[in-house]
Amino acid sequence: MNLKHLAIGVVCSLGSIPVVGLLLQQLAEAAPNDIFFGWDFYIEVVVTGLLQGVMYALVALGFVLIFKASAIFNFAQGAMVLFAALAMVGFIEMGLHWTLAFLLAAVVMIIVAILIERVVLRPMVNQEPIILFMATIGIFFVLDGLGQTIWGSNVKALDIGISQTPWFVLQGEFFPGGLRLIPTEVVAAVVGALTVTLLAVLFQYTKVGRALRAVADDHQAALSVGIPLKFIWAIVWSVAGIVGLVAGVMWGTSLGVQFSLSLIALKALPVLILGGFTSIPGAIVGGLIVGVGEQVGEVFIGPLFGGAIQDWFAYMLAMIFLLFRPQGLFGERIIERV
Amino acid sequence: MGLKSLRWAAAALALSVAATATPVVPAKAEGDQFIPLLVYRTGPYAPNGIPLADGFIDYFNYVNWKEGGVGGVPLSWEECETQYNNDRGVECYERLKNRGASGATVINPYSTGITYALIGRATEDKIPVLSMGYGRADASDGTVFPYVYTAPITYWAGADVMVQYAREQEGGSLKGKKIALVYHDSAYGKEPIKTLERLAEIEGYELSLFPVAHPGLEQKATWLRIGRQVRPDYVFMWGWGVMNATAVKEAASVGFPMDKFIGIWWSGAEADVLPAKEAAKGYKSLNITGVGKDFPIVQDIVKMHEEGEGLADPANIGSVLYNRAVVNGFIITEAVRKAQEKFGQRPLKGEEVQWGFDNLAITEQRIEEAGLKGLMGPIEITCANHEGAGSALVQQWDGENWVAITGFIDPNRKALWPEYKASAAQYAKEKGIDPRNCD
Repeated sequence: MNLKHLAIGVVCSLGSIPVVGLLLQQLAEAAPNDIFFGWDFYIEVVVTGLLQGVMYALVALGFVLIFKASAIFNFAQGAMVLFAALAMVGFIEMGLHWTLAFLLAAVVMIIVAILIERVVLRPMVNQEPIILFMATIGIFFVLDGLGQTIWGSNVKALDIGISQTPWFVLQGEFFPGGLRLIPTEVVAAVVGALTVTLLAVLFQYTKVGRALRAVADDHQAALSVGIPLKFIWAIVWSVAGIVGLVAGVMWGTSLGVQFSLSLIALKALPVLILGGFTSIPGAIVGGLIVGVGEQVGEVFIGPLFGGAIQDWFAYMLAMIFLLFRPQGLFGERIIERV
Repeated sequence: MGLKSLRWAAAALALSVAATATPVVPAKAEGDQFIPLLVYRTGPYAPNGIPLADGFIDYFNYVNWKEGGVGGVPLSWEECETQYNNDRGVECYERLKNRGASGATVINPYSTGITYALIGRATEDKIPVLSMGYGRADASDGTVFPYVYTAPITYWAGADVMVQYAREQEGGSLKGKKIALVYHDSAYGKEPIKTLERLAEIEGYELSLFPVAHPGLEQKATWLRIGRQVRPDYVFMWGWGVMNATAVKEAASVGFPMDKFIGIWWSGAEADVLPAKEAAKGYKSLNITGVGKDFPIVQDIVKMHEEGEGLADPANIGSVLYNRAVVNGFIITEAVRKAQEKFGQRPLKGEEVQWGFDNLAITEQRIEEAGLKGLMGPIEITCANHEGAGSALVQQWDGENWVAITGFIDPNRKALWPEYKASAAQYAKEKGIDPRNCD
């Protein structure tokens, strides 16, 4: 994947927004009792979807990191998000400021990553990906149970000083009531953009990044040329843990820190199918497409089907993309010689 | 797999078992009245399940501590973790139904899905199912559902109370008003739709339906439509778990007035409003029990804790769902007490306790005597009427606590009972059930 592909992807995605709007306008004229359409409302739905998409992308990033470096689909990513957020709230409850709690939770996630590497991954070097995948199912249950045992299963409010009151911007003739923005989501969008930039630099321009990519291609070959596999795995699981912490903080601020946070991994799957399992920008673009797609689908097409379509709509959208690009929008095409 | 790998696998397995283990209170000695507890202390619904489970174990422990049991027969119980899953619920039921000196006294599934799954089995095993404020509304008809009890109130009756309350707020008429129902897209969430549609014809309001897919983490589209397009006068909610907190937060973010947003009694616990903090201020919900700690029985339980005899987390005492479990426990012990009048003071079988339920009248005087005044309304269950004529109140979140803002409101049962009967008759026809004679 290069910048040209990314630019084409972003331009195509943005270009489709007015086209879809025009189609929905026609649909609303044909079925005025079921579908309500106004351009101001449509743009508000799209903006809401874009911001929601960044939240999905934050979760998807953790999956991508681990898949890139070890070709493992990490079933435990949702549990890592929950575990990290629980650790942070636990430190806040001990009286620490949230910034310090965040740093300590990051340290906890690094320790967890080192433990996973030593206890689970190291004995499985050079095993089939499916074996490693099954090991991550075990990690899911351990983290899930351990987190609740240590910090309890009650809902915990997480306050990092972001206002909960929505902003209404661009008030005027086009948006009479203003365009609604949720501060948490705007912060998440900025944090998401920063995280992606940092990770892209890490993967593309550093020695560790190159080693990560080599390990992803072939464990044994990477070992044979002197790449320290154990160290690389510990690094990548640590980074995925910290990205999980960032996602946990953003989602936890909105919903409270509770077990359901581990279920947001389900929202990352269509994002990954769409964006590709190996592309960091793909996770972001995939997140934005899924976010907008499901919001627009639910608001404008949902009423025709009785509503509650957004979950399957996201998967359907991903499946359609899969028909044309099995490796996802930005995923690497796998060619195996026989 | 080598020996080393096996060692690691064994260690990982041991760790995961230890990590997911939940506290289980073992059954006591033979000769006790055994009550199985289907709980969810872990999983997505744990924030609601923990105070419920705590209320049960504290109340049963309290009865043993205060009176040595019911009529001298000590209570025993055992928890089984369902994680709110139907299959686990059935497994727990099968595992526990024959425990204790005389088998299970009664089953409290605490899940509409598990209740549906157990109705046939429990009826065959002659074990009463008490689905207090959940489950099938038509199971109120005791002639068709001899072993299922819905006391004190059903979802259909809850919908009726909500409409009554909204009508009163609007000065006696809902004509021309808009009401939106945001509901969990499941059997539970769909329960009130028929009643709300029926009442829409009578009251003249317009009803819009907004299903939310499980688990309800994402509701932006729903609330954009409500806030920007439909703009209803009231929003009613049938939510559960994380769906409630998300809905409250989204409602606030689209500027929907919180005092026009009313949840059912499963959408009105502390866990539902705490994540939204200040934004939830003003949100209302129904409740089938009183709110807070200011009741003699709850104070007595606090005393029990001070003496080191409490079992539950003291932080949960007086919370909405803890109180609900205390009332649930009280209804059970009253049914056992009633059954002892006929069968004697010994561990009773489920079939005998069913007689206690069928003849249970909890009067205002008995409620006061037991220290529950204000915590619940009177109930009178009969062979034919398993709902028992209970009621619900409206509570409001003040930013710190739930506060009751009405007394107990009776639903319009004259209109509801023909609906119960018709639905139960349909069920009987489908299942080939010959309704029992209650005359």
